[in-house]
Amino acid sequence: MTEGTITVAYIAASVLFILALGGLSNQETARKGNVYGMTGMLIAVLATVLGAKVTGYGTVIVCMAIGGSIGFYLAKKVAMTEMPELVAILHSFVGLAAVLVGFANYMDETIQFEGAEHTIHNIEIYLGILIGAVTFTGSVIAFGKLKGIVTSKPVLLKGRNALNLGMLLLCIWLGVSFIGAESTSGGMLPLILMTLIAFAFGVHMVMAIGGADMPVVISMLNSYSGWAAAATGFMLSNDLLIVTGALVGSSGAILSYIMCRAMNRKFLAVISGGFGTSGGTVASSGDGEAQGEVVPISAEETGELLKNAHEVVIVPGYGMAVAQAQHVVSEITRKLREQKVNVRFAIHPVAGRMPGHMNVLLAEAKVPYDIVYEMEELNEDFPDVDVVLVIGANDIVNPDAQDNPSSPIAGMPVLEVWKAETVIVMKRSMATGYAGVQNPLFFKENTRMLFGDAKASVEAILGSV
Amino acid sequence: MSMKIGIPKEVHDAECRVAATPETAEQLIKLGYTVAIETGAGDKAHFSDEAYREAGVEISNDVKALWAESDIIMKVRGPEEHPDLGVHEADLLHEGGHLISFIWPAQNEELMQRLKARNATVMAMDSVPRISRAQKADALSSMANIAGYRAVIEAAGQFGRFFTGQITAAGKVPPAKIMIIGAGVAGLAALGTAGSMGAIVRAFDTRPEVKEQVESMGAEFLELDYKEEEDGAGEGGYAKVMSKAFIEAEMKLFAKQAMEVDVIITTALIPGKPAPKLITEGMIETMRDGSVIVDLAAEQGGNSALTVPGEIVVRHGVTIIGLTDLPSRLPTQSSQLYGTNLRHLLTDLTPEKDGRIVVNMEDEVIRGVTVIKDGEITWPPPAPKLSAAPAAKPAAAPVMEPAVVEKPAPWKTALGLGVAGLLLLGVGSVAPAAFLAHFTVFVLACILGYMVIWNVTPALHTPLMSVTNAISGIIVIGALLQVSGDSGMVTLLAGIAILIATINIAGGFLVTQRMLKMFQK
Repeated sequence: MTEGTITVAYIAASVLFILALGGLSNQETARKGNVYGMTGMLIAVLATVLGAKVTGYGTVIVCMAIGGSIGFYLAKKVAMTEMPELVAILHSFVGLAAVLVGFANYMDETIQFEGAEHTIHNIEIYLGILIGAVTFTGSVIAFGKLKGIVTSKPVLLKGRNALNLGMLLLCIWLGVSFIGAESTSGGMLPLILMTLIAFAFGVHMVMAIGGADMPVVISMLNSYSGWAAAATGFMLSNDLLIVTGALVGSSGAILSYIMCRAMNRKFLAVISGGFGTSGGTVASSGDGEAQGEVVPISAEETGELLKNAHEVVIVPGYGMAVAQAQHVVSEITRKLREQKVNVRFAIHPVAGRMPGHMNVLLAEAKVPYDIVYEMEELNEDFPDVDVVLVIGANDIVNPDAQDNPSSPIAGMPVLEVWKAETVIVMKRSMATGYAGVQNPLFFKENTRMLFGDAKASVEAILGSV
Repeated sequence: MSMKIGIPKEVHDAECRVAATPETAEQLIKLGYTVAIETGAGDKAHFSDEAYREAGVEISNDVKALWAESDIIMKVRGPEEHPDLGVHEADLLHEGGHLISFIWPAQNEELMQRLKARNATVMAMDSVPRISRAQKADALSSMANIAGYRAVIEAAGQFGRFFTGQITAAGKVPPAKIMIIGAGVAGLAALGTAGSMGAIVRAFDTRPEVKEQVESMGAEFLELDYKEEEDGAGEGGYAKVMSKAFIEAEMKLFAKQAMEVDVIITTALIPGKPAPKLITEGMIETMRDGSVIVDLAAEQGGNSALTVPGEIVVRHGVTIIGLTDLPSRLPTQSSQLYGTNLRHLLTDLTPEKDGRIVVNMEDEVIRGVTVIKDGEITWPPPAPKLSAAPAAKPAAAPVMEPAVVEKPAPWKTALGLGVAGLLLLGVGSVAPAAFLAHFTVFVLACILGYMVIWNVTPALHTPLMSVTNAISGIIVIGALLQVSGDSGMVTLLAGIAILIATINIAGGFLVTQRMLKMFQK
């Protein structure tokens, strides 16, 4: 295959990738979009393999066969509740691949540049490896936090900002000596040192971020994996990699922005970590007004309420995912809809551990997507709703975000469930949410608490609707 | 040893309620008590002895023994002369026993003395303090709710027309107009019931803060033509006596409404005072023939001048319903709610769930309910710390504007653009042409990505992440280009990179496909 054909193939692949992302604008076109994406990938890989630069077919086929089978297996086995973990670990692979490609490229003696081109090429290698390394360890820690292997609480070292700054300065200094290095072997030491520091930086950064901020972290790492690919593209002078990396990078950046906005937080504040601790006093509920009487309710009574309602809104949160309750919830929905109860779902942008997590779980449980709404679409309707069922959500339905300016979550957009006639909150205990903030919703007069494991509770409700 | 709760049959004439249903009795047993009930006590409320027995309740045939053996007696009406035994119920209560029922201590001085003489501990369900924590035990509210509902049903029974308006083949039917005076629990319940039957409902109350509640139920709130600000909210959220000028304006409003409406339901009560006379004989004369007045204040003398407590009378062509046993006319419902109120109170009284009652006078709710403690009259209780209504006002604190997105100042935007421009210039002045070509592609791709991604529906954000995972596996190309080099180390590194990037490609696309298949209408 000539250089020209390969370039044309890359252009086709770029267009197909853009179409793949464009297809996600709605559910009907999304599947077609995914097929475009696969086609684009196939074209790009085939064109590269058939090009003049690749001769070691044996290695390629073996590696791709192994990698493909692992990927295939992961995709088949993963439970929908574990999607955040899968996404996190896939990010780490991109990061690791970027690091490896960077090293391979640096060690490849056949590539020779002169003057400014040489400097720029070295900067590209350096940046590609730096971003890749941070992405790699950051994603591994994120994976660990989601899996529960690593504590989901923010781990804050003393003077962590100074530590971060120190690492950054060290990286710059190492970068200068790397670029100034005369030979490949001379540049190797600073490069390896920088990689180790970047690994440590990735770990340190994600360790400091709490469980509730995971949606931001995952989106951010998604973005990083894109930038790593783009930097690799610069290094290899490959436009397809640059385009794809830029697409992924901006996608992740936008998702991070959406998630931050949904929590009314500054991106930098999330990254510097420690939600609920850095915000000063965990507002001892301002004036003690938040305390009061909670009124418990039984699952049977909940079932009765739901049956006799006209308008029901279900607000799922991470608790539903943990308890794997989505199938039973779907079954309740189906039964209620048969009884002419209008059931809708309200999804807060940061419900769950990654963007769109709840939508996927509900889709898995066969909840029709046209009754699943976003926060803005439903918030105005709550005064007309008879019963709101909050399953395993806390901070996203906290009225303090609007009423109590001293609350750590003040200003965060929330679902205004308390405006409905009755709110039933399903919770394991009176513990606070990830933000560590007490929720006055539980003490409102129209709130009923249904204590217990979400799965057992929804099953009991299903029995009585 | 756990205590025994006894539930005797109500002896008051035509009283159909009972203080526990099989359901609430079962929950009392769960609190550790043994529960016994007089045979036939639940008959009129349609709870059979059999149902109680199934719930684990003992059935007793001997009234005297039941009273004598029970540590706690739960009743609906306060103790009175037992018609069959010829003794006063208060004398049946064993020395030092507990009694929980309606008492009305202010009106029943003699009964209080009798119970005091028995060395009893008495809790009056009419004295549950009006604080939000005690709402679950507030029997007055639950009975008022039923009375309000039943008042509309009684009115409908006496009224000669539909409540709802209809246009039928046989002609047009105008909807009935209903005025409700007093928008407390009973008033609001009546309002809701009448509204759901299709009537046009108006309501009046001296407390302006209930206007919102009335309007939220779809009724019209009548306002006085009266200038001075006067808040009718008294202690504990109840109404208080109003000034003379206010009452005059009020009477003018009622006189005007009386000529217009078909049904008047009055629920105006002032605690500890006879019911205010709001509907005069003159007003009743001006009402249309066939109109109905339901006077829920009949027991306290009535809001209407011509009410006969306990009876339904017709005066000047207007049917005046003065029934005082409205909750008892819905016995199953009222027993169930009253029983639940009692059960909640008992839950508070039994902190250890061991079937032992603990009268903790430090607890505001228990302090309020207890009117006699071990033979000492403890009524009236000290004023409650909080009154529901005035406390509500400061609670309506400043509502923050949710998430105001700060628009960056124009100079900031300009500065940002300027810095970006200078940086680009800097890059352009040193970088070789080949780099700049790639850089162009990069910048354009970023902008394209920005445009495309904002169009992605939030519901598909997870598939978006997995598909970007898959396409960022494109980094495999970088590895592919290097795998065929001469250096073994390079080939090894590239080989590993190919392997893991392929995991991304295969895993990412397949899991996206799997997810997208699940999204269905």
